[in-house]
Amino acid sequence: MGVRRVMGTETEYGITRPGDPRANPVALSGLVVRAYATSAGPRRALPTGSGWDYADETPLRDARGFEVARALADISQLTDVDDPATANSVLSNGARLYVDHAHPEYSSPEVLTPRDVVRWDRAGDEVMLTAAAALAEKGDPVRLYKNNVDGKGASYGTHENYLVPREVPFLTIAAGLLPFFVARQVLVGAGRVGLGQFSEQPGFQISQRADYMEAEIGLETTLKRPIVNTRDEPHAFGEKYRRLHVIVGDATLCDVATLLKVGTTSLVLGLIEAGRAPSLELADPVAAIRAISHDPGLTRRVELVDGRELTALEILAVYREAVEEHLGADVDDDTREVLGHWDAVAADLGEDPMRCVGRVDWVTKLALLDGYRRRDGLEWGDPRLSAIDIQWSDLEPSRGLAARMRASGRLETLVSDEEVRAAMVEPPEETRAWFRGQCVSRFAGQVRAASWDSVVFEPAAGGRELRRVQLPEPLRGSREDIESLLDAVTGVDDLLAHLVSRGS
Amino acid sequence: MAGQEQKRPPRRDDEDTPTPAAPVAQRQDAARTAEVDDLLDEIDGVLETNAEEFVHGFVQKGGQ
Repeated sequence: MGVRRVMGTETEYGITRPGDPRANPVALSGLVVRAYATSAGPRRALPTGSGWDYADETPLRDARGFEVARALADISQLTDVDDPATANSVLSNGARLYVDHAHPEYSSPEVLTPRDVVRWDRAGDEVMLTAAAALAEKGDPVRLYKNNVDGKGASYGTHENYLVPREVPFLTIAAGLLPFFVARQVLVGAGRVGLGQFSEQPGFQISQRADYMEAEIGLETTLKRPIVNTRDEPHAFGEKYRRLHVIVGDATLCDVATLLKVGTTSLVLGLIEAGRAPSLELADPVAAIRAISHDPGLTRRVELVDGRELTALEILAVYREAVEEHLGADVDDDTREVLGHWDAVAADLGEDPMRCVGRVDWVTKLALLDGYRRRDGLEWGDPRLSAIDIQWSDLEPSRGLAARMRASGRLETLVSDEEVRAAMVEPPEETRAWFRGQCVSRFAGQVRAASWDSVVFEPAAGGRELRRVQLPEPLRGSREDIESLLDAVTGVDDLLAHLVSRGS
Repeated sequence: MAGQEQKRPPRRDDEDTPTPAAPVAQRQDAARTAEVDDLLDEIDGVLETNAEEFVHGFVQKGGQ
């Protein structure tokens, strides 16, 4: 075991039109999706009139990697209506770009390592910037923010997805994750100016999302948000897999924080799957996640049901020790990288959090804010500090403070700008995202719809007959698995014929 | 100050007993403050000029 697992992130970006606070965010989000689909270049994005394949057929129990079926007729009725709320595209990198609620959302392709999460997550930021640049050129400017709150009551998510075996009982997963998620924010919180959902009190806190967590476990994602979300859409063989949908995390701009967010979580899931999660149970997880978020000094102790009181760093240390015992000495490079950053950041946070500037978002943001407080004598309620908090996450490098710090080498980067730019176009190689992305780049004109576990083809252009290729096994459809076939076939008809005869 | 030190004749003892320096933590703090000040100088020019209006105008609809 180690950090490797099928996983990905989803980011709902904040969006505004400069000078027009009343602009309709749904319409603006639709503009962003369309702008990218039309400006990305040929074969890099499906037209936004293509569908998202919502059909949820339960595949047969045999573990076939591909399954070709006649698609339902309703997909053929999808048309490019003017409703921006339906704007949707699938990109050649395997990602989904669409409008979710009132935000443009980039859902990354499935990857297997935390480092690849960082790479394809940042590719999403570049996708948004490309769309914004195209819109600015048309005189239609928008600003995009990688954050999770507006400070006035609204919160929007940055979700993580992890594939876990179905046989692990959900309540076991939830029990193992709750104390971890309550404590994890000190490693990977994005920082926030203002306390309370409506910033009722001045001050600084570690997490963007903590004040919006109102339940321990639950299905909701927009109201009464839970620390552990029970949404059960595996987008894969339901008998074999569960997709753990994590909504408690913040959008992060520091590579190290993004790596740690998914890397540590994958390791803790490994503990839970092996039945080796530490036996910690918090007395009041919802109160604890806020209490820890509201204490950037990291001394706050939270109560366990057994009467112990631990700090967030102490809780994390218990998990870290369990991971060490579970892993043993033989770990792969990706796991070693995550463990190295975990140990270094935890030690530095314990000594002096400011040592983590450039690696942890909340610390880096706090260093900036404290700088202004000291130099200009600002109080926490000063709007200049709230403005800095928002401007931190503006994606545009000429305005965004994190982006500027990255450009000037002040953020530790794990993937290069070149790798990120390539990831805007290229799918990750080790999962079915490779097949999905390749279908976009090779057969764009004949892909009518797609989803995480399907690609729907229109073999004859303009024809009524649609064929669905299902990919319920996330590890099938990788480059190694399917590249030779894609290279050999003469077109979509040929591909479908081969997949049918292959029957596997 | 530096000039005076240079004129002082070198002595073997100097190698073993360096001039007392500020405590490490204090030096780190000073260096860190200087670094942050450099950064603030850089970003002063890009900060929103009307912070109050900017913050007031940043209104989002809730999402997931």
